[in-house]
Order: sequence, then C-alpha cells, then structure tokens
Amino acid sequence: MAAAVTASVLGPGFAAPVPDSQQVFRRVLAAMAEPGSVHEIAVGMTPPPPLDPATAAVCLTLLDFETPVWLDAAADTGETRSWLRFHCGCPLAADAGAARFAVLAAPAAMPPLAGFPLGSEAYPDESATLIIQAASLEAGEAVSLGGPGIEDRRAFRAAGPGEDFWKQRRELEALFPQGVDLVFTAGASLAAVPRSTHVRV
Amino acid sequence: MTEDGYNFAYLDEQTKRMIRRAILKAVAIPGYQVPFGSREMPLPYGWGTGGIQVTASIIGRDDTLKVIDQGADDTVNAVSIRKFFARTAGVATTERTEDATIVQTRHRIPETPLAAGQILVYQVPIPEPLRWLEPREAETRKMHALEEYGAMHVRLYEDIARFGHIATSYDYPVRVNGRYLARPSPIPKFDNPKMDRLPALQLFGAGREKRIYAIPPHTEVRSLDFDDHPFEVQTWDEACAFCGAADSFLDEIVTDDRGGRLFVCSDTDYCGKRRAAGHTGSATRDPERGGA
Repeated sequence: MAAAVTASVLGPGFAAPVPDSQQVFRRVLAAMAEPGSVHEIAVGMTPPPPLDPATAAVCLTLLDFETPVWLDAAADTGETRSWLRFHCGCPLAADAGAARFAVLAAPAAMPPLAGFPLGSEAYPDESATLIIQAASLEAGEAVSLGGPGIEDRRAFRAAGPGEDFWKQRRELEALFPQGVDLVFTAGASLAAVPRSTHVRV
Repeated sequence: MTEDGYNFAYLDEQTKRMIRRAILKAVAIPGYQVPFGSREMPLPYGWGTGGIQVTASIIGRDDTLKVIDQGADDTVNAVSIRKFFARTAGVATTERTEDATIVQTRHRIPETPLAAGQILVYQVPIPEPLRWLEPREAETRKMHALEEYGAMHVRLYEDIARFGHIATSYDYPVRVNGRYLARPSPIPKFDNPKMDRLPALQLFGAGREKRIYAIPPHTEVRSLDFDDHPFEVQTWDEACAFCGAADSFLDEIVTDDRGGRLFVCSDTDYCGKRRAAGHTGSATRDPERGGA
C-alpha cells in the first residue's frame, strides 16, 4: 500500500446494506427478466466520480471477494479503486479477459465485447457481466429487442454505446449460450440486455 | 415479529450475493442449470432448501409471500416455510395467489393465473432432466452443451411402445426457449401448459443438487412430444366434490374403508374462493357423501 487511504476520500456505501442491496437486486432481477425495461433505484448514494448512483449500487449489490472486476480507463481512478476495494472487497482484474464483472464508464471507448469471458459450452454461466454506464437510458438511438422476457418487441434507448457496439453484440448471439450479460445504468436508473436477447438495430 | 439473532431472511449477505449472481445468470440463460454454493438450512434436504434459499435471496420487507405444497396452503411443508419467513424476515404472508408477490411452490402451479411482476419459486428435488438416463454429471453437461436430447425422446418413445401413450404424468420434460431441456420439478404435466409464456418470472432452486435455473416471463416452454403423439394433459370424469370445478387439478381422497372416495381441488386457495363465490360440488350439496 503506497498511499494510505484516508477517511476523507472514502465515501460511504449503502446506508442500510441489507434492505438496500435487496431492493437494488430486485431491480436488477426485474431488468434482467424483462430486457430493455428501465427501473429506478430508490437508495441514496454518494459514489466517487465518475460512477453514477445506479452503477455504484449495482456494484455494492453484486460484487465481493469472489468476483474480479475490471475497470475501463474512465472508471479506473484511485478513488473508485479504493471505494470498490473497501466496500465490496473485490479483487481488481488487470485484464478484461479475467473479469467476472466490468465497470465501463466510457462505453464509446470500450474494448471488444468478445474480449470478456464468454463462458464455455458446458458452463456458459462462467462469463462476464458488464455494467455499462450510459449518458441516458431514454434519449439514445433506439434498438429493438426481442426474446425471452419480452412479449413482442421492446425499444431500448441507451445513449452511449454506438452502432459498432450493437453490431458486436449481435455477432455474439450466434455463440449462445455463451456470451456476456449487459447491465446499463444512467443516474439512478438501470436496464439490462442479457445474452438471450435478440438485438435489431 | 422478527426473530433476533439472525440476519434478515436467515441467510448471511455474502451467501445472498452469491445466490443472486447465480439467479441473474440463470435468468440470462433460460433453462440452464447454474451451480451454486448451497448452504445448510435449518431443515433437511428434500424439504425445499433450494426454494427457501432462492426465496431468502430475493425477498424484501415489502413482499407478500405465499407458500404451497401440492397446491395446498395448509400442509406441513407450506406452513413451516411460511412461518420460517414470517419469523426471519417479518414479511406478510397470504394464501391468496393474486395478493402474493412471491409464491414458493412444491409440485404445483396455482390455478389462478400468475401476473406480470409476480415471482414463482419452485422447490426442485432433481434438476437434471437427463439424470435417470445418464448418471454422470460430466456427460449430462456435455449433452446440454451439444443439445443432444435424443435419449429423452427415446424414453418417451419407450412409453408409447409399452403403453400406447406417453405415460409420464409428472416432471414432464420441457424445452425452454427452444434450447435447454429442463425439468419442471415434479409438477403434474397438467401444469406444464401454464409455464409457457407465463407473464411471471419462474425461478427453480435445488438445494441438495446445488443448482438454480430460471424461465423469464413470456418465454416459450414446450413439452416434448411427437407429431403423431402430441402432448396431452390429464382429464378427470369427476368435478371437484367441494366447489364443482371441472378445470382444476384434482386430488383423490379415500374417505372410508368401503371404497368411498372424493375428488377435490389440489389448489386449496382456488377451491376456497370458488366456494366463497357460491359454487358447490357433489359433497357440499349432499353431505351424506362426506366432506365439508
């Protein structure tokens, strides 16, 4: 440990960890079960920049010592590293290929999706979940989602991931059940696009 | 009143996080069995430890829990699990299907249709549909990976060759979203059509076997069959002796030692509601035949 972590730079986590993580988990579960639907979290958060409240809440809810986390260049600040290490106790992965979770604060500059663990044919669950922080979940270019959890089709408007991102995501569909699961966050809202979803741009 | 000395809903937070991650992967890969670190619970395996761990990981203070055992709210397993969560999580419990946010079930799907936003948690004894055909886990993994499900069709064909029809009447294998073969826990095949495109989320927990799987809302669930032997559900010549329902799953109850028997709804909530609405059956019209 080079620089000592002082209390002044370390912001708080959940005010009430047990009910807060349960509430956030149910939002994530609802989002994953109904891809593209947007859910608001109702827990007060003061996360270190650049993390949005929803991004930080999902981290606190799902990460611990069993889940190596990879941070993209924008999220990889000293403050986020100490905050995640302290509150989640999670190891930080140096390489995207070794991560079980990834926090992407600048989705426009994200590495190839296929570079994250996709699981194996026998164990497709041993794959990454990407937490992608978008500028908005309502104001972006619409993509059309279909598949499990969606009655007909649902429009999803995350601002940030571009055309190339969705093209990569579509290419991964051929590998199902292997793939990555995406949780999108913006402010206090979140949505998800699991690997089972068919995306049409 | 919540019991002191336990975390909310009994499980510790790290266990809940691990189970929550498994549930999310299960939802993302419909029908695929996600291994998880099943914990010792204060009741033996076989009494719904998988379902309890799933429920404990998703339940919150605002939830209303319903627990059924073979359709009934008032049997030992259902009562004790409901009490367990009332004591460790202080949640509201109900017997009314439409009032519940979470329904934990052993071996039935309620007759009252489940709505969007509700979660159905199944207690699963054996999650692997191919287990009695192939005992080795490494092999069944491979069969799922390669979508190699011919052996199950052969098993159903053997039924037809021997009995003239598919004799499997419960735990009838399904294909989830056209991909994974899954075991719907031992629900009667009468309930299989309810799983197809159900608006509610379905979660399956197997405690002893340490597996969690899921079916998201609006997901296609097809019962395996053949073109010339299409999937069929059981039918009864009788209607429920208490409420007269001809559309529900009936239990046969022996009433004396002279061959007397009654057929009554397995879903006690559904039957009770129909009787409250004024429906009658053979036993309620004619008390001589026994029953309430």
